[in-house]
Amino acid sequence: MALSQLASSSPSRSVNLLKPLLSAISLHRPISTDTTPITVETSVPFTAHQCEAPSRTVQTNAQELLNFFRDMAVMRRMEIAADSLYKAKLIRGFCHLYDGQEAVAVGMEAALTKKDCIITSYRDHCTFVGRDGTLLEVFAELMGRQAGCSKGKGGSMHFYKKDSNFYGGHGIVGAQVPLGCGLAFAQKYCKDEAVTFALYGDGAANQGQLFEALNISALWNLPAILVCENNHYGMGTAEWRAAKSPAYYKRGDYAPGLKVDGMDALAVKQACAFAKEHALKNGPIILEMDTYRYHGHSMSDPGSTYRTRDEITGVRQERDPIERIRKLILLHDLATEKELKDIEKEVRKEVDDAIAQAKENPVPEPSKLFSDVYAKGLGVESFGADRKEVRATLA
Amino acid sequence: MATSFHGVGAAVAALSSSPSNSFDSKKLLCSPRRSFPVRKGASFVVARSDGSVNFDLNPKARRAQQLIVNAVATKSDSSPASSSSKPGHELLLFEALREGLEEEMDRDPRVCVMGEDVGHYGGSYKVTRGLAEKFGDLRVLDTPIAENSFTGMGIGAAMTGLRPVVEGMNMGFLLLAFNQISNNCGMLHYTSGGQFTIPIVIRGPGGVGRQLGAEHSQRLESYFQSIPGIQMVACSTPYNAKGLMKAAIRSENPVILFEHVLLYNLKERIPDEDYICNLEEAEMVRPGEHVTILTYSRMRYHVMQAAKTLVNKGYDPEVIDIRSLKPFDLHTIGNSVKKTHRVLIVEECMRTGGIGASLTAAVTENFHDYLDAPIMCLSSQDVPTPYAGTLEEWTVVQPAQIVTAVEQLCK
Repeated sequence: MALSQLASSSPSRSVNLLKPLLSAISLHRPISTDTTPITVETSVPFTAHQCEAPSRTVQTNAQELLNFFRDMAVMRRMEIAADSLYKAKLIRGFCHLYDGQEAVAVGMEAALTKKDCIITSYRDHCTFVGRDGTLLEVFAELMGRQAGCSKGKGGSMHFYKKDSNFYGGHGIVGAQVPLGCGLAFAQKYCKDEAVTFALYGDGAANQGQLFEALNISALWNLPAILVCENNHYGMGTAEWRAAKSPAYYKRGDYAPGLKVDGMDALAVKQACAFAKEHALKNGPIILEMDTYRYHGHSMSDPGSTYRTRDEITGVRQERDPIERIRKLILLHDLATEKELKDIEKEVRKEVDDAIAQAKENPVPEPSKLFSDVYAKGLGVESFGADRKEVRATLA
Repeated sequence: MATSFHGVGAAVAALSSSPSNSFDSKKLLCSPRRSFPVRKGASFVVARSDGSVNFDLNPKARRAQQLIVNAVATKSDSSPASSSSKPGHELLLFEALREGLEEEMDRDPRVCVMGEDVGHYGGSYKVTRGLAEKFGDLRVLDTPIAENSFTGMGIGAAMTGLRPVVEGMNMGFLLLAFNQISNNCGMLHYTSGGQFTIPIVIRGPGGVGRQLGAEHSQRLESYFQSIPGIQMVACSTPYNAKGLMKAAIRSENPVILFEHVLLYNLKERIPDEDYICNLEEAEMVRPGEHVTILTYSRMRYHVMQAAKTLVNKGYDPEVIDIRSLKPFDLHTIGNSVKKTHRVLIVEECMRTGGIGASLTAAVTENFHDYLDAPIMCLSSQDVPTPYAGTLEEWTVVQPAQIVTAVEQLCK
């Protein structure tokens, strides 16, 4: 419709005069999928170590911004729903929630292709969804059902999606970084022209194996990008109590680093694109994403014994990633308030449907206890507790 | 993959058990299609996804097993005049390992080697000598001294489909990589619901050497044995070293190949043609009637030395080199126990929690009815290996002790 085209492509303020008229006329204006570039400035400039910081000005477009909004809304809703499910004892064990940090996941995806690999630790639900994981796979895995991405045998900390090059999902912090450098090595070996993003937290940043892996990656010039998702608390310990030098982007020493506002999806996108280009030519680079988690470390941690509620609400008011995108969308008039609320309602319904579907899904068969231990069955026998009742062959 | 449950009522998978005295290290095809040992009173079927239940024997592969009766020795056992007329070629164990590795690297471009000093230096035990010149720096990689991370990197590369061979300069150093080996290497296939396979080979020399000191004389097979999802094999002759190396590289499962510091200079004549050894199979070293002696790696030679004495004294021991430390080849072992009814285990691990301890439990549970005497297990002492030569000798099992044990067992 000509009027709506006029409205969405025109950046000027005069459009505001037409707004009430437009919403009256266009009963159903489709959400903008416009790809004309919009230029935005990141919230804060990048801080660089041993390299030239990329520009603060980011190119985006309506489609991308609306996708960001939707994806982050899905992630936020999913994590809140997981919180309720955990309290209802449908999810057991450890459950580490990512709400507040969504911008890192969506911004990274915007800069990468599915040929690039991502590996992270246990706070992996949203990263999995960013890599095209479905909500059903998430909730089924969390509840230990067959339809889960790891068939119910991995749990919250072990989400994997091989066909999208998402390598998990690891419980022991820091161990995923050498794995990630191994992925980068394989990419270089097979001449893939792709990169690996190995994510870790400020807690894991003090693990020795990180520096070992960084050393090897720098020596062998591997396309590895180490991303520190710095949410300032390693479980209950604040970063200044755990690290003598909390400037994680500088700790690579000889490896260049970049500090990024992790609550700004566009800054994350810019930094990741910059890092990808750098790593393909010059080897490893460290990105520090300055982000924040609203929940505690996991569901067994209230999250308020080591930080004040004011701090949490303060960050939520000033730096929330979804709010930032919402303001951008409204500023550039890419959608109305009501449309955004409708998207959120739609997302909520989607999440609820996935949960309902996952609840119906059956738990794994008992015989699955013994499957997938080995890649090729060996005829190894395994016994049940009393050594008589159950005898199965490990497959 | 299929599993089976007790009492299913399906047909029992009868194993074509070959006569025990020619159950030599066959050259089997890589895919381990074997049926299950028939147990007294139990009936269950092993059904595989490929539908086969039988033992597959390569008819071309009957190599007469050479008995190696000397303890750790370097002299060749054939005169120069006759060696040219015999088939095959002679080489030392470390050369056999290298040959296996080189052939696999030629065959599959995804095979690469990572370790300390494996490239330009040629390997601290010369296993990888010449490979860096031939294959280049991207396939034979010198790593810094960072076992935790380069083992992790090997595992990460394996997740994408590469087939790295990670060398620990001494097996003891791999303790630093225990987390990676246990959690990532062993478990990723399971926790990802079967999405990732980890076709990695982790190898290196271990065991008690010649006065190397406590930290360089470790036997890691006892620590790794309970990690689910990995396979462990120990080589002892040039023939099985090459065969196991090749099989391990071709296997889709993560395999830990235990070599021994003192066995690298063993010489043997091995076939020219391509062959592999089955990873889950034990080797019949010397068939016999009176007692089953189960052993592996260096202790095989101590056992064979004791066997000479025992034969002179009138005993007829059956010696089996178990080779596969995880899983145990209970078929071969079981057939032997059913014949001799007496078991002696001779190992280099410590008494507490070693391979011998697990093997004792496995044999007791499965073949208790066939035993005429309690199983005897001779292991190393539960002490750090001392430096002084005489003390070191006393930490490991010596042939004289083996002779005494057999005499006691057969009383």
